[in-house]
Amino acid sequence: MNKRSKETLFFQILRLGTYVTVSTVVALLAYLVYMGSDMLSFSFVTSFPREGMTAGGIYPTVVGTLYLMALVLLLSLPLGVAAAVYLSEYAGERESSLVRIIRIATANLAGVPSIVYGLLGLGLFVLFLGFGFSLLSASLTLSLLTLPVIITASVEALKTVPHSYREAALALGATKWQTTKRVVFPHALPGILTASIIGLSRAAGETAPIMMTGVAYFLSGLPQSVIDQFMALPFHIFALSTQSPNPDLTRPIQFGAVLVLLLLVLSMNLVAILLRTYYRRRLS
Amino acid sequence: MRSPKRLGEKIIERLLLLSALVSILLVALIFLFLFREGLPAFAEIPLLSFLTGETWQPVAEEPKYGILPLLSGTMLVTIGAVGVAVPLGISTALYLSEVAGSREKEILKPFIELLAGVPSVVYGFVALTVLATAVQTLFGNTFRLNALNGSLVLAVMILPTIVSIAEDALSAVPMEYKEAAWALGASRWETLRRVVLPAASSGVFIGVILGIGRAVGETMAVLMATGNSPVVTADFFRSIETMTAAIAIEMGEVVYGSVHYSALFAIGLVLFAITFVINLAADAFVERSVRRFKR
Amino acid sequence: MIESFKKVKIDVRALNVWFYKKHVLKDLSMRFRTNAVTSIMGPSGCGKTTLIRSLNRMNEVLKGSRTEGEVLVDGENVYDSDIDVFELRRRVGMVFQKPNPFPKSIFENVAFGLRIQGMNKRDQLEERIMVSLRRAGLWDEVKDRMEESALTLSGGQQQRLCIARALAVEPEVILMDEPTSALDPAATARIETLIRELAKDYTVVIVTHNMQQAARVSDLTAFLYIGELIEYSPTPDIFENPQNVLTEKYITGEFG
Repeated sequence: MNKRSKETLFFQILRLGTYVTVSTVVALLAYLVYMGSDMLSFSFVTSFPREGMTAGGIYPTVVGTLYLMALVLLLSLPLGVAAAVYLSEYAGERESSLVRIIRIATANLAGVPSIVYGLLGLGLFVLFLGFGFSLLSASLTLSLLTLPVIITASVEALKTVPHSYREAALALGATKWQTTKRVVFPHALPGILTASIIGLSRAAGETAPIMMTGVAYFLSGLPQSVIDQFMALPFHIFALSTQSPNPDLTRPIQFGAVLVLLLLVLSMNLVAILLRTYYRRRLS
Repeated sequence: MRSPKRLGEKIIERLLLLSALVSILLVALIFLFLFREGLPAFAEIPLLSFLTGETWQPVAEEPKYGILPLLSGTMLVTIGAVGVAVPLGISTALYLSEVAGSREKEILKPFIELLAGVPSVVYGFVALTVLATAVQTLFGNTFRLNALNGSLVLAVMILPTIVSIAEDALSAVPMEYKEAAWALGASRWETLRRVVLPAASSGVFIGVILGIGRAVGETMAVLMATGNSPVVTADFFRSIETMTAAIAIEMGEVVYGSVHYSALFAIGLVLFAITFVINLAADAFVERSVRRFKR
Repeated sequence: MIESFKKVKIDVRALNVWFYKKHVLKDLSMRFRTNAVTSIMGPSGCGKTTLIRSLNRMNEVLKGSRTEGEVLVDGENVYDSDIDVFELRRRVGMVFQKPNPFPKSIFENVAFGLRIQGMNKRDQLEERIMVSLRRAGLWDEVKDRMEESALTLSGGQQQRLCIARALAVEPEVILMDEPTSALDPAATARIETLIRELAKDYTVVIVTHNMQQAARVSDLTAFLYIGELIEYSPTPDIFENPQNVLTEKYITGEFG
């Protein structure tokens, strides 16, 4: 076989692999949209489950998930961004051993399985600190899980700010914090936002950690405070499809809930991807 | 020109440092609580029989706490997932970085990134309701939920990790290397295979390692896909149970503070140790690949 | 005057090259002689690099390039559709501005071109590699460390390694794109000596913006200005007696 046809052959194999992968995504999403679209309606999202969860909507699970996301955002975003600012702006060019350890710890935390965060949440928040099986314990656990994602990506975003910007500000007599706040930070904001959205969407879809820290199978009302238990969309899908007495009966509700979760999570991802592409293009 | 005491600046720097220290604190807390809650188990269960015992029956009359079935379950689905995802992931990464035009790449890449955004419970749901039926129709296996089902769904889940990291590594190979090869009469394929891929090998390897790490730690999808029976087997058509699934399922029914409770934390400890080693290995390769392009 | 030189190796006829909308080479015609060193000089952006890259069709790996006209190597147009571009690039070797050894061992660097030709026997490879390294004047420095990474070599050694790598596949022409611009004076001197040596057996074309270098190493010198060939003569003539006012201005350093 000559060089040209060999090249063509192997490139076609690579193309095949790629399109198999991509068509898997498309087929998967299309199937889920198709199956869930029958259920999807305003009342499905805004009404309580009825008749032992075999009928009605998914309102409390949606609210629970939104509560979780709000708390996670509140807890992990300021802390994560502050940590990133320190690592990128204050730690200096020559990194001390402390900074090195922080970096390694952060990188490793990103690879810790979510179930391990669940164990930590159970041991630390639920039992040791006595927050009990609650919205508070679950959102603290998910915040810890989200933190490394936000730190890592924010450091990346801060690094893309050209060094000359910092020097220009410093040369005008600005202090380090003024430089960071007024010059570096605004420039890195889109990147940091992207990271936070992705981190948050991941938290919204997590199931195992909240199973161990506060989610409930069924509640007749919404949580009234952070120490109440809550229902959540991803756990609802799991519970209906595996824990309920007759999973086949509630199949349409399950597909409906899957579609709602997907719409929530993927729209966040899509916004993040578009935001990133837009700003990358604007920068280059 | 005497410097004023910029107290505000100092306080801010301290606060930021404090935030950064949270990462270290978090690692320490994970260690601390896994040990604190997990170690009591070994007062009742000898370490060796915990790690090598072939029976996991924590709620039997005479409970047995051998995690070998769970370890082997995790290994089996991980091997299966890697076997499917690595060839697919690397060819996708190669195609995107070296073959596809920039327009094509811009369209294809978001789809793969989208895969990473799908929650694991959704993958689990698909495996449970659709994939399992498809696999059974295809192979006629007795166990509807089995290791193969888990491997396939895991493969899709770790693909984005492998693709994006490998693609970054491939794209980082300097143009000069490719030009040198082309100028010597190498075709684009030969250049890819003999220059680009070897030069990016550590990066590609990091992608694979991190993919393995994700597969080992994944919970909901394998829980819903594999049938959860703790047996030591290498048969992809048998139901198996992974370490993560055991923790997730049994923690809901356990008496806090009991031996069973501690044993589940001890499994968490083993899991944490495995993923920690995997991550450190990836770090080591990052160092290596960074050095590689320094002249 | 040029006609007194030996036979023509490469005949460039009415060559036009565009990158996107930009017309980089304009209707350029010139002939390169065997066993001679031809320098191409001119201010940056004049198309020197594009010209030599058109000789082994390396422009087409860059985005947005379009070529019209003919480049005949031994009378055969390399832009004909049935030309084997890989064989062309084997015959017309290239050395780049920045030394670009692969992140592989010294041995594997030189072996690369041979391996893709299908030569895999260790003793054959060793023989050819030794010969090439000798020719490139690098053998004595590296013969005891063939398995070490090529990136451990100094810049000058790396560039000679790249020359050895190009020589290993037995090319007939060697194109050099400012091969010493990234090197210190001592390393530059070694490479210049080497270039003179190579001219005994090869057709050498070198791009340079260093006039002294052109004067030292080349038999013939061409002056390019904004994509056009302004003057092309034996080297001593062009420096002592430039015919064109632009050439004269360039040589006297009025622009550059």
